[in-house]
Amino acid sequence: MPEQKKQNIFTRFNKMSIDSIPKTVLVAIVLCLFCSMVVSFAAVNLKSFQLVNKTRDKQINILQVAGIYYKGIDVEESFASFEPMIVDINQGVFTDKFDPYNFDNKKVAADPNLNVTLKDDPASIGTRPNYATIYLLKNKDESVDKIILPIYGYGLWSTLYGFVALEEDTNEIYGLQFYQHAETPGLGGEVDNPKWKAQWAGKKVRNSDGDLMIQVAKTRGANDYHVDAIAGATLTSNGVHNLVRFWLGESGFNRFLTNFKNGIT
Amino acid sequence: MSQTRKQLLVDPLVDNNPITLQVLGICSALAVTSSLKVAFVMTLAVIAVTGFSSFFISLLRNYIPNSIRIIVQMTIIASLVIVVDQILKAYAYEISKTLSVFVGLIITNCIVMGRAEAFAMNNTPVDSFVDGIGNGLGYGLLLMCVGFFRELFGSGTLFGIVILESVNDGGWYVPNGLLLLPPSAFFIIGFLIWGLRAWKKSQVESPEFKIQTVQDH
Repeated sequence: MPEQKKQNIFTRFNKMSIDSIPKTVLVAIVLCLFCSMVVSFAAVNLKSFQLVNKTRDKQINILQVAGIYYKGIDVEESFASFEPMIVDINQGVFTDKFDPYNFDNKKVAADPNLNVTLKDDPASIGTRPNYATIYLLKNKDESVDKIILPIYGYGLWSTLYGFVALEEDTNEIYGLQFYQHAETPGLGGEVDNPKWKAQWAGKKVRNSDGDLMIQVAKTRGANDYHVDAIAGATLTSNGVHNLVRFWLGESGFNRFLTNFKNGIT
Repeated sequence: MSQTRKQLLVDPLVDNNPITLQVLGICSALAVTSSLKVAFVMTLAVIAVTGFSSFFISLLRNYIPNSIRIIVQMTIIASLVIVVDQILKAYAYEISKTLSVFVGLIITNCIVMGRAEAFAMNNTPVDSFVDGIGNGLGYGLLLMCVGFFRELFGSGTLFGIVILESVNDGGWYVPNGLLLLPPSAFFIIGFLIWGLRAWKKSQVESPEFKIQTVQDH
């Protein structure tokens, strides 16, 4: 009788030792399912908190790179003095096709219609979005004080995401900072070292002939354009060198910066 | 049960400290002790993970097939560590950024695995939980000791509060930069082990090799 046979399988299974293969497989499957549920439950439920933290962290980074951050500052209020704008990188002008307050840079980067595939790709990012959010820090009289551009590119292990702050002449760097990366702590991770970051202040991007001069290198270049590479982190330093030159170069924000300087926006 | 629960909790603090006696969990002790605040959060994370992983493993101990027991333990520990990591990212973002990979590396912390394999597999859930908490506390105690020296003499602060005003801020104290680097934790842990074994002679290990004197006949 099939009924009896079925029961037999169960009783047989029950009588098996815990070390038998069927029970081992069963334990493994049940445990994995249960653990994955616990982990996903935690991840899904805490996601909204983590997103708030991430946005806040990004805002703090923008404040820091613009040099107006101090401990205990009201982040949201200070961040209101920045005006986000969407730049059409190919045309080098501001665009009002998107709402800058709800613009999702990651979404744009994933949409093939809004991207160019790079042939010359020193920053190893593959494709470059056509639109990016930049931030203008305004003076009280509404004139632009600093321009904050998003930059990213590959280091040794990871993509480094950060900001560079330029003075209103579009040529002098005020600061540079990464808010997300996974470089080796203590070596490449030293891109977060305040002493290293301080080197960027006052450096010039281009010389008077308009040649792209800014560099991160071991050998000393002309002081105005030279940032010392990090000892023990050659590949991360090269990555930073490449990504900064990419984003400030012809395929990056150069057209926009030139237009901005000449008052064409 | 030869040990009472109180012993399970207190023994790992000094008499059977996982770091100084068993010399386990050294790598994370080097990495996270440059400031007390970070060390404290790491301590809490490790206590939570050792306690609960021991508890759950002990709960399941009769259902864990011998051939995959290490993987089962790892799965439970890893799940707990991910949950702890997610909670830190949600509620203590700044500190979780400083701790970075070291929260994830609790998975490979030998103390957690050691307690799971040596204790939780053979004891009741509540005893295992207490034992896990005790060992986490022992780890944490040492972490705080090391963190105390490193932060006080390395940056002149405790929990971020200025104790010795450093020269950079116009004070008199010249911070010892070495103490902020990971190798200094080796020295401090070494001195602590020395001190502890000088105090409690029973912890001194007998030498594994002896040079034999050959007697003339």
